[in-house]
Amino acid sequence: MTQPLLSIRNLTIDYIGETTDFRAVDDVSFDVAHGEIFGLAGESGCGKSTIAFAISRLHRPPALIRSGRILLEGRDVLDLDPRELRHFRWREVAMVFQSAMNSLNPVLRIEAQFYDVLHTHQGMNRKQARERTAEMLRLVDIQPDRMRDYPHQFSGGMRQRIVIAICLALNPKIVVMDEPTTALDVVVQREILQRINELRKTFGFSVLFITHDLGLMVQVCDRIGIMLAGKLVEQNTAQKIYGAPQHDYTRNLWASFPSLHGARVTEIAAT
Amino acid sequence: MGLVPVIARGQSDGDRSHMTDPCNAILALDRISKTFGRAPFAVKAAQSVSFALHPGRTLALVGESGSGKTTCARLVMREYTPSEGRLLFKGKPVETGDARALAAYRRSVQMIFQDPFSSLNPAHTIAYHLRRPLQLHRRDLKGRQIDEAVADLLTKVQLDPALVAPKHPHELSGGQRQRVNIARTLAVGAEVIVADEPTSMLDVSVRLGVLNLLNEMKRDMKLALLYITHDIATARYVAEDIIVMYAGQIVEWGNVNKVIDNPQHPYTRLLLSAVPDPEIRFDDPRAQLKNATVGEVRRLSAIPQERIVAIESDHFVRQIAA
Ligand SMILES: Nc1ncnc2c1ncn2[C@@H]1O[C@H](COP(=O)(O)OP(=O)(O)OP(=O)(O)O)[C@@H](O)[C@H]1O
Ligand SMILES: Nc1ncnc2c1ncn2[C@@H]1O[C@H](COP(=O)(O)OP(=O)(O)OP(=O)(O)O)[C@@H](O)[C@H]1O
Ligand SMILES: [Mg+2]
Ligand SMILES: [Mg+2]
Repeated sequence: MTQPLLSIRNLTIDYIGETTDFRAVDDVSFDVAHGEIFGLAGESGCGKSTIAFAISRLHRPPALIRSGRILLEGRDVLDLDPRELRHFRWREVAMVFQSAMNSLNPVLRIEAQFYDVLHTHQGMNRKQARERTAEMLRLVDIQPDRMRDYPHQFSGGMRQRIVIAICLALNPKIVVMDEPTTALDVVVQREILQRINELRKTFGFSVLFITHDLGLMVQVCDRIGIMLAGKLVEQNTAQKIYGAPQHDYTRNLWASFPSLHGARVTEIAAT
Repeated sequence: MGLVPVIARGQSDGDRSHMTDPCNAILALDRISKTFGRAPFAVKAAQSVSFALHPGRTLALVGESGSGKTTCARLVMREYTPSEGRLLFKGKPVETGDARALAAYRRSVQMIFQDPFSSLNPAHTIAYHLRRPLQLHRRDLKGRQIDEAVADLLTKVQLDPALVAPKHPHELSGGQRQRVNIARTLAVGAEVIVADEPTSMLDVSVRLGVLNLLNEMKRDMKLALLYITHDIATARYVAEDIIVMYAGQIVEWGNVNKVIDNPQHPYTRLLLSAVPDPEIRFDDPRAQLKNATVGEVRRLSAIPQERIVAIESDHFVRQIAA
């Protein structure tokens, strides 16, 4: 088997408390292949975001990585020194959050926000950055001439697409997306994720995708890991997670979904 | 049919006389518009929106992000004043000068917020959160009766009073907190509950419990519910009637089953086609939204239109611009 792009090995993360520590991630291991979309699902508080932050080396105290390794193409992300880390973020790993659309700087034109990233990380001048910005905006279906606009002139869905475009501008190897479309309507959600799916085929990057919506996760991901209280209890192809879930917890997650065209489940008692 | 709308069967063409079924509606929006900002930057967040809420029924409000759903909720809560149109409570406009009527309105119309974590005060127990509104709104209750009423409310929302009443909010899960929020609306004596994405921050495993609870309250206590969501499957699950909004306008409305099974407006069709479905993978051509089509649907749906077509007596669609 070829080497995976990302390999998480026995990762254990605690939140350090005054009296006791809280184990948020408990001995988790999984791989993400080149060009693969891997999903992490599970209840609120099961440790998904904690893993996402650790992979991007964005975890902050009180989070403490107790043990384990995070290997990107064989190199341990946890060993990077500050200089290597600057290169690593954006160019190797990029991250999109649920509220990313609100993370754009409101007083800067879109153009300037691209320039910041492209200049800092690739030394581009204004003209080069403008060309790259136009190219990236086109990829996410936004008119390049709108790079002169400010964030508030775009809808939430458009802003979220702009953030994704900025993330992809440096050709990262993996994009970590933590609930990237949760606050958006399903049409905008579909547009964004469909685009990501096409782009990863064109450019070959991998995606770690986190969402509460299991149905969506099965549609988008190649493989899925199910987490419960810090542990990865099941991982399999998306089809198997949907069609033949092994763990009771996974089966329960499916049972708690009303479906659009299924029978009306009004009569079911509270679970 | 105790539905919303606006226009009798077969009638059309921007009829100005359309009524909002005032007979048994507890609350109605009558051609309400809300504009933010000034031209040329004005945002028409709601354009001539009419709907009615009825005791024992749930109306679901779905649609594009930014289409005006929360604006409608805030209009109902009287947090926004309409730029045009009237808000009717039990058939009458709410007079701003009438303090008693306003107080009655505030008591009757309650909101459940998306974030169950921020809506409770971390310094107080759950019992306190329920006792306060009871003391304010149920003056008839004295001493022990109040504690009994608190226990009764917690039982109604399926929480164990002995266990939960002495706790502080941080000791409860998200689903439990949302139940406390529902109990609090009942403590006040709510007749109308506005729930803006009440379960989107909850786990899938507890969502259903909260939705079932809302269903039961609606049925047993004859509450009128306005349920705002991006999750159309749950809208079908809890609501009898549904409204689909796009760019400030209601584009389609009616019986929830008829609208979902027989969508007429291009935006409704687009919205339903994009609902996540684990049976269809994104690589499947059937899952692909075509940019050109989506763009055209958006363009056409955004054009203000007055003509309304009655598909059935309880299913209406705004005619699309030619
Ligand atoms: N700064 C912190 N200090 C202490 N505990 C924390 C901190 N951040 C997170 N936790 C705890 O760690 C656990 C894992 O949190 P995490 O944010 O990774 O969950 P998640 O799976 O992303 O949940 P959600 O689906 O709600 O986003 C939770 O129980 C949470 O309460
Ligand atoms: N206080 C305000 N001032 C200015 N514009 C506003 C205000 N509130 C809402 N808007 C604008 O009105 C429109 C409707 O917003 P609203 O919040 O009602 O949408 P929504 O349907 O609830 O969206 P979402 O599904 O994203 O919650 C948007 O374009 C929004 O930017
Ligand atoms: Mg998270
Ligand atoms: Mg809203």
